[in-house]
Amino acid sequence: MFDDRSPIYLQIADKIKEDILSGALGEDEQVMSTNQYASFYRINPATAAKGFQQLVEEGVLYKRRGIGMFVSADAREKLRAERRERFFEQVVDAMIAEARVIGISLDEIVRRIEGAK
Amino acid sequence: MTLPVEVKDLTIRYGDTVAVDGLTLGLDGGKIYGLLGRNGSGKTSVLSAVAAFRKATSGAVLVDGAEPFENAALTRQICFVRDRVDAQDTDQVRAVLKMSRALRPNWDEEYAQALIERFHLPLKKRIGALSRGAKSALSVTLGLAARAPLTIFDEAYLGMDAPSRYAFYEELLNDYIAHPRTIIISTHLIEEVGSLFEEVVIIDKGKLVAHDETEALRARGVAVTGPVEAVDAFTAGRTVLGDQRLGGTRSTTVYGQLTDEERARARDAGLELGPVGLQDLFVHLTAEERR
Repeated sequence: MFDDRSPIYLQIADKIKEDILSGALGEDEQVMSTNQYASFYRINPATAAKGFQQLVEEGVLYKRRGIGMFVSADAREKLRAERRERFFEQVVDAMIAEARVIGISLDEIVRRIEGAK
Repeated sequence: MTLPVEVKDLTIRYGDTVAVDGLTLGLDGGKIYGLLGRNGSGKTSVLSAVAAFRKATSGAVLVDGAEPFENAALTRQICFVRDRVDAQDTDQVRAVLKMSRALRPNWDEEYAQALIERFHLPLKKRIGALSRGAKSALSVTLGLAARAPLTIFDEAYLGMDAPSRYAFYEELLNDYIAHPRTIIISTHLIEEVGSLFEEVVIIDKGKLVAHDETEALRARGVAVTGPVEAVDAFTAGRTVLGDQRLGGTRSTTVYGQLTDEERARARDAGLELGPVGLQDLFVHLTAEERR
Protein backbone atom coordinates (compact mmCIF):
# COMPACT_ATOMS: atom_id res chain seq x y z
CA MET A 1 0.00 0.00 0.00
CA PHE A 2 2.71 2.42 1.00
CA ASP A 3 6.18 2.42 -0.50
CA ASP A 4 9.31 2.05 1.54
CA ARG A 5 11.06 5.02 -0.01
CA SER A 6 9.51 8.05 1.66
CA PRO A 7 8.10 8.71 5.13
CA ILE A 8 4.83 6.80 5.43
CA TYR A 9 3.16 9.55 7.47
CA LEU A 10 3.50 11.93 4.52
CA GLN A 11 1.98 9.30 2.23
CA ILE A 12 -0.94 8.98 4.66
CA ALA A 13 -1.44 12.75 4.72
CA ASP A 14 -1.41 12.84 0.91
CA LYS A 15 -3.95 10.03 0.70
CA ILE A 16 -6.39 11.82 2.98
CA LYS A 17 -5.92 15.04 1.02
CA GLU A 18 -6.78 13.17 -2.17
CA ASP A 19 -9.95 11.84 -0.53
CA ILE A 20 -10.95 15.36 0.48
CA LEU A 21 -10.22 16.78 -2.98
CA SER A 22 -12.22 14.05 -4.71
CA GLY A 23 -15.11 14.56 -2.31
CA ALA A 24 -14.86 11.03 -0.85
CA LEU A 25 -14.41 12.78 2.50
CA GLY A 26 -16.82 15.67 3.02
CA GLU A 27 -16.75 18.77 5.22
CA ASP A 28 -17.04 18.04 8.94
CA GLU A 29 -17.02 14.34 8.17
CA GLN A 30 -15.21 12.14 10.68
CA VAL A 31 -12.11 10.38 9.42
CA MET A 32 -11.06 6.89 10.55
CA SER A 33 -9.37 6.73 13.96
CA THR A 34 -5.60 6.28 13.98
CA ASN A 35 -6.06 2.73 15.26
CA GLN A 36 -8.58 1.84 12.55
CA TYR A 37 -6.30 3.41 9.99
CA ALA A 38 -3.22 1.58 11.32
CA SER A 39 -5.01 -1.74 11.37
CA PHE A 40 -6.49 -1.29 7.89
CA TYR A 41 -3.22 -0.33 6.22
CA ARG A 42 -1.06 -2.49 8.50
CA ILE A 43 1.15 0.30 9.80
CA ASN A 44 2.27 1.34 13.25
CA PRO A 45 -0.42 3.45 15.01
CA ALA A 46 2.19 6.07 15.96
CA THR A 47 2.95 6.54 12.25
CA ALA A 48 -0.74 6.97 11.45
CA ALA A 49 -1.05 9.47 14.31
CA LYS A 50 1.89 11.43 12.90
CA GLY A 51 0.19 11.69 9.51
CA PHE A 52 -3.03 12.93 11.13
CA GLN A 53 -1.09 15.40 13.27
CA GLN A 54 0.50 16.82 10.12
CA LEU A 55 -2.98 17.46 8.69
CA VAL A 56 -4.16 19.11 11.93
CA GLU A 57 -1.15 21.45 11.75
CA GLU A 58 -1.98 22.29 8.14
CA GLY A 59 -5.60 23.03 9.15
CA VAL A 60 -6.99 20.24 6.97
CA LEU A 61 -8.34 18.24 9.92
CA TYR A 62 -9.50 19.31 13.36
CA LYS A 63 -9.69 17.37 16.59
CA ARG A 64 -12.74 16.96 18.78
CA ARG A 65 -11.56 15.78 22.15
CA GLY A 66 -12.70 12.29 22.99
CA ILE A 67 -14.52 11.86 19.68
CA GLY A 68 -11.98 11.93 16.89
CA MET A 69 -10.71 13.81 13.83
CA PHE A 70 -12.90 15.69 11.37
CA VAL A 71 -12.42 17.39 8.01
CA SER A 72 -12.17 21.19 8.37
CA ALA A 73 -14.95 23.21 6.76
CA ASP A 74 -12.63 25.00 4.34
CA ALA A 75 -10.24 22.07 3.77
CA ARG A 76 -11.35 21.23 0.24
CA GLU A 77 -11.27 24.84 -0.91
CA LYS A 78 -7.84 25.34 0.64
CA LEU A 79 -6.40 22.20 -0.95
CA ARG A 80 -7.87 23.15 -4.33
CA ALA A 81 -6.29 26.58 -4.12
CA GLU A 82 -2.90 25.04 -3.29
CA ARG A 83 -3.16 22.60 -6.15
CA ARG A 84 -4.26 25.32 -8.58
CA GLU A 85 -1.21 27.35 -7.65
CA ARG A 86 1.04 24.45 -8.54
CA PHE A 87 -0.93 23.35 -11.61
CA PHE A 88 0.76 25.45 -14.29
CA GLU A 89 4.26 24.84 -12.99
CA GLN A 90 3.92 21.15 -12.25
CA VAL A 91 1.50 19.99 -14.93
CA VAL A 92 1.50 22.46 -17.83
CA ASP A 93 5.19 23.42 -17.83
CA ALA A 94 6.16 19.76 -17.45
CA MET A 95 3.92 18.86 -20.38
CA ILE A 96 5.45 21.55 -22.59
CA ALA A 97 8.97 20.39 -21.70
CA GLU A 98 8.07 16.79 -22.54
CA ALA A 99 6.41 17.86 -25.82
CA ARG A 100 9.59 19.69 -26.84
CA VAL A 101 11.75 16.64 -26.11
CA ILE A 102 9.64 14.28 -28.20
CA GLY A 103 8.81 16.80 -30.95
CA ILE A 104 5.14 17.58 -30.47
CA SER A 105 4.31 21.14 -31.48
CA LEU A 106 2.44 23.53 -29.17
CA ASP A 107 -0.15 23.99 -31.95
CA GLU A 108 -0.95 20.31 -31.77
CA ILE A 109 -1.40 20.55 -27.99
CA VAL A 110 -3.59 23.62 -28.31
CA ARG A 111 -5.76 21.82 -30.92
CA ARG A 112 -6.14 18.89 -28.54
CA ILE A 113 -7.13 21.19 -25.68
CA GLU A 114 -9.62 23.02 -27.91
CA GLY A 115 -11.10 19.64 -28.79
CA ALA A 116 -11.63 18.83 -25.13
CA LYS A 117 -13.72 21.96 -24.49
CA MET B 1 1.67 -2.54 31.27
CA THR B 2 4.82 -1.99 29.27
CA LEU B 3 8.43 -2.49 30.24
CA PRO B 4 11.35 -0.21 29.40
CA VAL B 5 14.66 -1.84 28.45
CA GLU B 6 18.12 -0.48 29.11
CA VAL B 7 21.27 -2.06 27.74
CA LYS B 8 24.45 -0.62 29.26
CA ASP B 9 27.85 -1.25 27.69
CA LEU B 10 26.85 -4.87 27.09
CA THR B 11 29.53 -7.31 25.96
CA ILE B 12 28.93 -11.00 25.28
CA ARG B 13 31.80 -13.31 24.39
CA TYR B 14 31.77 -16.94 23.32
CA GLY B 15 35.34 -18.05 23.84
CA ASP B 16 37.38 -15.83 21.52
CA THR B 17 34.36 -14.61 19.60
CA VAL B 18 32.90 -11.25 20.55
CA ALA B 19 29.18 -11.41 19.72
CA VAL B 20 28.16 -8.15 21.38
CA ASP B 21 30.75 -5.42 21.71
CA GLY B 22 30.02 -2.68 24.26
CA LEU B 23 26.43 -2.05 23.18
CA THR B 24 24.43 0.71 24.87
CA LEU B 25 20.78 1.12 24.04
CA GLY B 26 17.65 2.54 25.69
CA LEU B 27 14.08 1.58 24.77
CA ASP B 28 11.33 3.56 26.52
CA GLY B 29 8.85 0.72 26.16
CA GLY B 30 5.27 0.58 24.94
CA LYS B 31 6.32 0.58 21.31
CA ILE B 32 7.02 -1.91 18.53
CA TYR B 33 10.77 -1.93 17.94
CA GLY B 34 12.53 -3.41 14.95
CA LEU B 35 16.00 -4.82 15.60
CA LEU B 36 17.83 -5.10 12.30
CA GLY B 37 21.17 -6.72 11.69
CA ARG B 38 22.84 -9.10 9.30
CA ASN B 39 23.30 -12.77 10.15
CA GLY B 40 25.83 -13.02 12.96
CA SER B 41 25.52 -9.33 13.90
CA GLY B 42 24.67 -10.18 17.52
CA LYS B 43 20.87 -9.76 17.42
CA THR B 44 20.07 -13.05 19.12
CA SER B 45 22.80 -12.58 21.74
CA VAL B 46 21.47 -9.15 22.74
CA LEU B 47 17.88 -10.38 22.88
CA SER B 48 18.87 -13.50 24.83
CA ALA B 49 20.49 -11.28 27.45
CA VAL B 50 17.40 -9.04 27.62
CA ALA B 51 15.20 -12.13 28.01
CA ALA B 52 17.48 -13.56 30.74
CA PHE B 53 18.39 -16.58 28.62
CA ARG B 54 22.03 -15.61 28.79
CA LYS B 55 24.31 -13.79 31.21
CA ALA B 56 26.33 -10.78 30.07
CA THR B 57 30.11 -11.20 29.93
CA SER B 58 30.27 -7.59 31.10
CA GLY B 59 27.96 -4.61 31.19
CA ALA B 60 24.32 -4.81 32.19
CA VAL B 61 20.78 -5.29 30.98
CA LEU B 62 17.94 -3.66 32.92
CA VAL B 63 14.28 -4.41 32.29
CA ASP B 64 12.00 -2.04 34.17
CA GLY B 65 15.08 -0.99 36.13
CA ALA B 66 16.09 -4.48 37.33
CA GLU B 67 18.41 -7.23 36.12
CA PRO B 68 16.28 -10.00 34.59
CA PHE B 69 18.85 -12.79 35.01
CA GLU B 70 17.59 -15.32 37.62
CA ASN B 71 14.81 -12.90 38.54
CA ALA B 72 11.67 -15.07 38.33
CA ALA B 73 9.18 -12.29 39.04
CA LEU B 74 10.61 -10.32 36.12
CA THR B 75 11.11 -13.17 33.65
CA ARG B 76 7.42 -14.10 33.92
CA GLN B 77 6.81 -10.65 32.36
CA ILE B 78 9.21 -11.36 29.48
CA CYS B 79 8.37 -13.65 26.58
CA PHE B 80 11.14 -14.66 24.18
CA VAL B 81 9.86 -16.21 20.95
CA ARG B 82 12.03 -18.03 18.44
CA ASP B 83 11.21 -20.11 15.35
CA ARG B 84 11.23 -23.28 17.43
CA VAL B 85 9.30 -24.30 20.50
CA ASP B 86 10.99 -24.72 23.86
CA ALA B 87 9.53 -28.15 24.60
CA GLN B 88 10.29 -31.86 24.27
CA ASP B 89 9.74 -33.44 20.85
CA THR B 90 7.40 -35.97 22.50
CA ASP B 91 5.11 -33.27 24.00
CA GLN B 92 1.74 -32.77 22.35
CA VAL B 93 0.81 -29.29 21.10
CA ARG B 94 -2.02 -29.03 23.62
CA ALA B 95 0.32 -29.91 26.50
CA VAL B 96 2.66 -27.08 25.46
CA LEU B 97 -0.29 -24.68 25.37
CA LYS B 98 -1.40 -25.85 28.80
CA MET B 99 2.07 -25.19 30.17
CA SER B 100 2.12 -21.64 28.82
CA ARG B 101 -1.33 -21.03 30.25
CA ALA B 102 -0.04 -22.03 33.69
CA LEU B 103 3.16 -19.98 33.44
CA ARG B 104 1.90 -16.74 31.89
CA PRO B 105 -0.03 -14.38 34.18
CA ASN B 106 -1.65 -12.47 31.29
CA TRP B 107 -2.43 -15.51 29.12
CA ASP B 108 -5.61 -15.09 27.02
CA GLU B 109 -7.05 -18.55 26.34
CA GLU B 110 -9.72 -17.32 23.94
CA TYR B 111 -7.15 -15.50 21.85
CA ALA B 112 -4.87 -18.57 21.90
CA GLN B 113 -7.74 -20.69 20.54
CA ALA B 114 -8.43 -18.15 17.79
CA LEU B 115 -4.76 -18.19 16.76
CA ILE B 116 -4.64 -22.01 16.78
CA GLU B 117 -7.57 -22.02 14.40
CA ARG B 118 -6.09 -19.31 12.20
CA PHE B 119 -2.75 -21.14 11.89
CA HIS B 120 -4.42 -24.59 11.61
CA LEU B 121 -2.38 -26.02 14.48
CA PRO B 122 -3.04 -29.71 15.19
CA LEU B 123 -3.59 -29.99 18.98
CA LYS B 124 -2.88 -33.70 19.24
CA LYS B 125 0.31 -33.80 17.21
CA ARG B 126 3.66 -34.10 18.96
CA ILE B 127 6.14 -31.24 18.64
CA GLY B 128 8.66 -33.49 16.89
CA ALA B 129 6.13 -34.32 14.18
CA LEU B 130 5.31 -30.70 13.33
CA SER B 131 6.53 -29.10 10.10
CA ARG B 132 8.93 -26.19 10.39
CA GLY B 133 6.13 -23.77 9.53
CA ALA B 134 3.84 -25.25 12.17
CA LYS B 135 6.58 -24.97 14.81
CA SER B 136 7.01 -21.28 13.99
CA ALA B 137 3.24 -20.76 14.04
CA LEU B 138 2.93 -22.45 17.43
CA SER B 139 5.80 -20.37 18.70
CA VAL B 140 4.24 -17.04 17.67
CA THR B 141 0.87 -18.23 19.04
CA LEU B 142 2.50 -18.77 22.45
CA GLY B 143 4.16 -15.37 22.16
CA LEU B 144 1.02 -13.44 21.23
CA ALA B 145 -1.41 -15.13 23.63
CA ALA B 146 1.03 -14.68 26.56
CA ARG B 147 0.46 -10.88 26.33
CA ALA B 148 3.74 -10.42 28.18
CA PRO B 149 4.60 -6.75 28.93
CA LEU B 150 7.89 -7.37 27.10
CA THR B 151 7.54 -9.68 24.11
CA ILE B 152 10.51 -10.47 21.88
CA PHE B 153 10.17 -12.17 18.50
CA ASP B 154 13.62 -13.27 17.39
CA GLU B 155 13.21 -14.09 13.69
CA ALA B 156 10.23 -16.11 14.84
CA TYR B 157 8.74 -16.17 11.34
CA LEU B 158 11.61 -18.28 9.99
CA GLY B 159 9.74 -21.46 8.97
CA MET B 160 6.53 -19.65 7.99
CA ASP B 161 5.40 -19.16 4.39
CA ALA B 162 4.35 -15.69 3.17
CA PRO B 163 0.57 -16.00 3.88
CA SER B 164 1.30 -17.20 7.45
CA ARG B 165 3.80 -14.40 7.99
CA TYR B 166 1.27 -11.79 6.89
CA ALA B 167 -1.33 -13.37 9.18
CA PHE B 168 1.20 -13.05 12.00
CA TYR B 169 1.94 -9.37 11.22
CA GLU B 170 -1.79 -8.64 11.19
CA GLU B 171 -2.40 -10.42 14.50
CA LEU B 172 0.61 -8.74 16.07
CA LEU B 173 -0.46 -5.24 15.08
CA ASN B 174 -4.11 -5.63 16.05
CA ASP B 175 -3.26 -7.23 19.38
CA TYR B 176 -0.70 -4.51 20.10
CA ILE B 177 -3.33 -1.83 19.38
CA ALA B 178 -5.78 -3.56 21.75
CA HIS B 179 -3.15 -4.38 24.38
CA PRO B 180 -0.16 -2.01 24.10
CA ARG B 181 3.11 -3.50 25.33
CA THR B 182 6.82 -3.47 24.55
CA ILE B 183 7.48 -5.59 21.48
CA ILE B 184 10.88 -6.20 19.92
CA ILE B 185 11.07 -7.92 16.53
CA SER B 186 14.39 -8.94 15.07
CA THR B 187 14.35 -9.47 11.34
CA HIS B 188 16.04 -8.97 8.04
CA LEU B 189 12.76 -9.04 6.07
CA ILE B 190 12.57 -5.26 6.37
CA GLU B 191 10.25 -4.56 3.47
CA GLU B 192 7.63 -6.88 4.93
CA VAL B 193 7.53 -5.56 8.48
CA GLY B 194 9.16 -2.12 8.29
CA SER B 195 5.83 -0.30 8.44
CA LEU B 196 4.99 -1.94 11.79
CA PHE B 197 7.99 -0.46 13.61
CA GLU B 198 7.77 2.77 15.56
CA GLU B 199 11.51 2.73 16.18
CA VAL B 200 14.33 0.90 14.47
CA VAL B 201 17.63 -0.25 15.97
CA ILE B 202 20.37 -1.33 13.57
CA ILE B 203 23.35 -3.28 14.90
CA ASP B 204 26.37 -4.61 13.09
CA LYS B 205 29.25 -6.73 14.40
CA GLY B 206 27.88 -6.41 17.93
CA LYS B 207 27.82 -2.61 17.85
CA LEU B 208 25.05 -0.05 17.56
CA VAL B 209 24.87 1.53 14.08
CA ALA B 210 21.62 3.50 14.32
CA HIS B 211 18.62 3.92 16.62
CA ASP B 212 15.83 6.27 15.62
CA GLU B 213 12.16 6.60 14.83
CA THR B 214 11.42 4.62 11.69
CA GLU B 215 9.99 7.66 9.93
CA ALA B 216 13.08 9.74 10.79
CA LEU B 217 15.35 7.01 9.40
CA ARG B 218 13.34 6.87 6.20
CA ALA B 219 14.06 10.57 5.70
CA ARG B 220 17.74 10.22 6.49
CA GLY B 221 19.19 8.67 3.37
CA VAL B 222 19.38 10.67 0.13
CA ALA B 223 20.46 9.45 -3.29
CA VAL B 224 22.17 12.31 -5.18
CA THR B 225 22.27 11.72 -8.94
CA GLY B 226 23.74 13.84 -11.75
CA PRO B 227 26.95 14.74 -13.60
CA VAL B 228 30.03 13.36 -11.82
CA GLU B 229 31.64 16.73 -10.94
CA ALA B 230 28.40 18.25 -9.64
CA VAL B 231 27.66 15.19 -7.49
CA ASP B 232 31.21 15.17 -6.13
CA ALA B 233 31.04 18.87 -5.25
CA PHE B 234 27.70 18.47 -3.48
CA THR B 235 28.56 15.33 -1.53
CA ALA B 236 32.05 16.43 -0.44
CA GLY B 237 32.34 16.28 3.35
CA ARG B 238 29.16 14.22 3.80
CA THR B 239 28.82 10.67 5.05
CA VAL B 240 28.78 8.60 1.88
CA LEU B 241 27.07 5.22 2.17
CA GLY B 242 27.21 4.03 -1.40
CA ASP B 243 28.25 5.05 -4.86
CA GLN B 244 27.42 4.01 -8.42
CA ARG B 245 28.73 5.34 -11.70
CA LEU B 246 27.46 4.97 -15.23
CA GLY B 247 29.46 6.92 -17.84
CA GLY B 248 29.34 10.60 -16.89
CA THR B 249 26.58 10.10 -14.34
CA ARG B 250 27.15 9.36 -10.69
CA SER B 251 24.66 8.38 -8.02
CA THR B 252 25.91 8.76 -4.47
CA THR B 253 23.91 7.80 -1.38
CA VAL B 254 24.57 10.11 1.55
CA TYR B 255 23.43 9.82 5.17
CA GLY B 256 21.88 12.79 6.95
CA GLN B 257 18.90 15.02 6.40
CA LEU B 258 19.22 17.90 3.92
CA THR B 259 17.95 21.40 4.68
CA ASP B 260 15.58 23.17 2.26
CA GLU B 261 18.43 25.46 1.31
CA GLU B 262 20.66 22.48 0.46
CA ARG B 263 17.89 20.89 -1.57
CA ALA B 264 17.46 24.09 -3.57
CA ARG B 265 21.21 24.28 -4.16
CA ALA B 266 21.22 20.68 -5.43
CA ARG B 267 18.36 21.41 -7.85
CA ASP B 268 20.16 24.51 -9.15
CA ALA B 269 23.25 22.38 -9.79
CA GLY B 270 21.14 20.05 -11.96
CA LEU B 271 21.14 17.25 -9.39
CA GLU B 272 18.32 14.86 -8.74
CA LEU B 273 17.56 13.95 -5.11
CA GLY B 274 15.86 10.65 -4.42
CA PRO B 275 14.67 8.95 -1.25
CA VAL B 276 16.38 5.86 0.12
CA GLY B 277 14.20 3.12 1.54
CA LEU B 278 14.69 1.51 4.93
CA GLN B 279 15.91 -1.70 3.32
CA ASP B 280 18.50 0.13 1.17
CA LEU B 281 19.60 2.22 4.12
CA PHE B 282 20.10 -0.94 6.16
CA VAL B 283 22.11 -2.55 3.36
CA HIS B 284 24.31 0.53 3.01
CA LEU B 285 24.83 0.98 6.76
CA THR B 286 25.88 -2.64 7.27
CA ALA B 287 27.78 -3.24 4.01
CA GLU B 288 31.16 -4.97 4.25
CA GLU B 289 33.25 -2.37 2.40
CA ARG B 290 32.48 0.33 4.96
CA ARG B 291 34.77 -1.34 7.49
